[in-house]
Amino acid sequence: MNDKSKKTSAAAVLTKLTRNQIFIPLAALLLLVIINLIAGPSFFKISYSANNAGNMIFSGYPITILDFGSELAILAIGMTLVTAASGGQDISVGAAIAIAGSVMLRVLCGNAGSRPETMQAPIIVAFLAGCVVAMLFGAFNGVLVAFFRIQPMVATLILYTAGRSIAAWINNNELPIINEPEFGYFGGIIPGIPIPTPFLIAVACMIVTALVLKFTTLGLYTQSVGINEKSARLNGLNPTFIKFLSFVILGLCVGVAGLIKVSRLSTINYSVIAKDIEMDAILAVALGGNALGGGKFNMVASILGAYVIQFLTQTLYRFKVSSDALPAYKAIVVIILVVASAPTVREKISSLWKNRKAHAKEVG
Amino acid sequence: MKSNKKKTISDSNLLLLITVVIFFVMYAGAVLFLKGGFLRPQAFLNILNTNAALIILACGMSLVMITGGIDISLGGQMALISMCCAVYLDYMGGNIAVSILIALAIGLAFGAVIGFLVAYLDIQPFIVSLAGMFFARGMTTIVHTAPFNVANEKFTALKATRIIVPGLGTVNRKGIYVDAYIEIGVIVALIVVVLMFILLKWTKLGRAFYAVGGNKQSALMLGINVKRTKFLAHLICGLLAGIGGYVLFLNRGSGAVTNGNGMEMDAIASSIIGGTLLTGGVGNIIGTLFGVLSLCTIQNIVSSAGLGEAWWTGITIAAMLCLFLVIQSIVMARRKKG
Repeated sequence: MNDKSKKTSAAAVLTKLTRNQIFIPLAALLLLVIINLIAGPSFFKISYSANNAGNMIFSGYPITILDFGSELAILAIGMTLVTAASGGQDISVGAAIAIAGSVMLRVLCGNAGSRPETMQAPIIVAFLAGCVVAMLFGAFNGVLVAFFRIQPMVATLILYTAGRSIAAWINNNELPIINEPEFGYFGGIIPGIPIPTPFLIAVACMIVTALVLKFTTLGLYTQSVGINEKSARLNGLNPTFIKFLSFVILGLCVGVAGLIKVSRLSTINYSVIAKDIEMDAILAVALGGNALGGGKFNMVASILGAYVIQFLTQTLYRFKVSSDALPAYKAIVVIILVVASAPTVREKISSLWKNRKAHAKEVG
Repeated sequence: MKSNKKKTISDSNLLLLITVVIFFVMYAGAVLFLKGGFLRPQAFLNILNTNAALIILACGMSLVMITGGIDISLGGQMALISMCCAVYLDYMGGNIAVSILIALAIGLAFGAVIGFLVAYLDIQPFIVSLAGMFFARGMTTIVHTAPFNVANEKFTALKATRIIVPGLGTVNRKGIYVDAYIEIGVIVALIVVVLMFILLKWTKLGRAFYAVGGNKQSALMLGINVKRTKFLAHLICGLLAGIGGYVLFLNRGSGAVTNGNGMEMDAIASSIIGGTLLTGGVGNIIGTLFGVLSLCTIQNIVSSAGLGEAWWTGITIAAMLCLFLVIQSIVMARRKKG
């Protein structure tokens, strides 16, 4: 008897674990870790040494993943909210990052041409300008989605088409270069701090998000609008505003991610910067087990999903997959993921499972 | 009386009318203000020549959108098809017939897989076709990375084949009469448009597509096999992607990873401009044809109006898309009220 109850409780814990949303990204992470361990544990080595400039930093593949996954994690925060509230995704974030980055460089260059000796404005001003512009474009998407009721993917198609053109237009198609090392801090490291700055920025964003979700009703309202817009309205919420707000928040995330992106290179390439990042951001949300049709969301799972994707990318690089061929492998992962999480497939599997159990009982 | 008259124009016809009028106004404007080459019939035929593949793709996209789905993997498929055909023709010394079969097979395979996942497993079409796009683009680079021109003699002969349109030729500056011509792809595209028009307008299956896109539940109650209809829509779209891929390949004459870049977005934009509703159930192939023509005319106007900088094309297309989306949304809102 005792033994049996133990078994059932273990099974219950297991089912509870698999039911939990965070299980999917965690399982994917575990799988990747195991694959990398088999291929050679040197992947996980972290060294503490001086870099070219003489600063002590941590380096190693895990650090690289945390570093380069930051933009994705930041975008995943906004994308999760947009997905939950509107039941669609924003495919213009890559183009919006190009715009935000372009604005920042434009402000920094001022009237001193595209190769200024010194920055013509404080970085904070450029950053704020970039954020405001990104939020304005987010608001534009938000208006189309919330007020005109256009499907999010199609509404954001407009900015997707025009975004990189607008970014090029802001700087007259020149490629500004900022030479001052301070600007590179945001995408590299600050001397004296051994952790990559993008990761610190991402952590800061996560803390802010956690506080906002804990102490405001934003999360609750977003979910209720996503689950059932009509009843949300009947309960006194304003679904139009909440959808609009989610796009503006995503705009803010885009601004922050844009700063990191341009700071990494201290310059911008309009057609390449943040290319396909929208797909990765959507993938992060999907990997986090969030329903792409809107409704409930789990922010932690999304952020974890973002880092898992970066982990996957890094793993594929490790196996000498060229960066051009990367999408093919990612596509296979996406298909496996969506098929596994499709409701019809889940039902079938669970009914199969039940049949087998019933059959086993009968036999027993 | 007045209200009666208003009702005779249905929403889909209204959207179609707007598109056709805008196209003609735009073209007339281009002829009047930019003079240049827009008056020559060849200028118009050139639009067809370079965009025959887009017309075919947009037909497939419209069909999928009418059933309420979307397929953004088309551009990636273009790249994969042209690369596979180019490698087959050049490195393996293959013949034309088999290369056409390869193109159709790739298109159909994509259509079948995407259709199965969307129709039978009920997964969001956007995500599925997104994965399809990733896969197609990645596979293209795996097949071959560097772009190259196909040197196969039979193929280049086929590519250079031009069909002379009688009566539309013009006399050039030197006083020599130059025939107006179209490429083979245009003929294919026009046949596709006619066939698709017949399919959607006068067949049972065509009406089933509209029914499924308009209202899934009532389509089900009418005894339509919703899943099979959706699957067929994606399958036909895949077939058209195969045809379109080969037409594009014939026009470009090269295998390149960048072939068909952004073409899915152009196809979606053309369909929307042509009056296809994203929510499904409303759409018209003639509208789609005019949508493609409007889109391409804008591109031509932008490039010949001295706005040489590449960014203007993106911005104008986006602005036009925005305009049409807002019009659609207003039409839909009016319909709900009425």
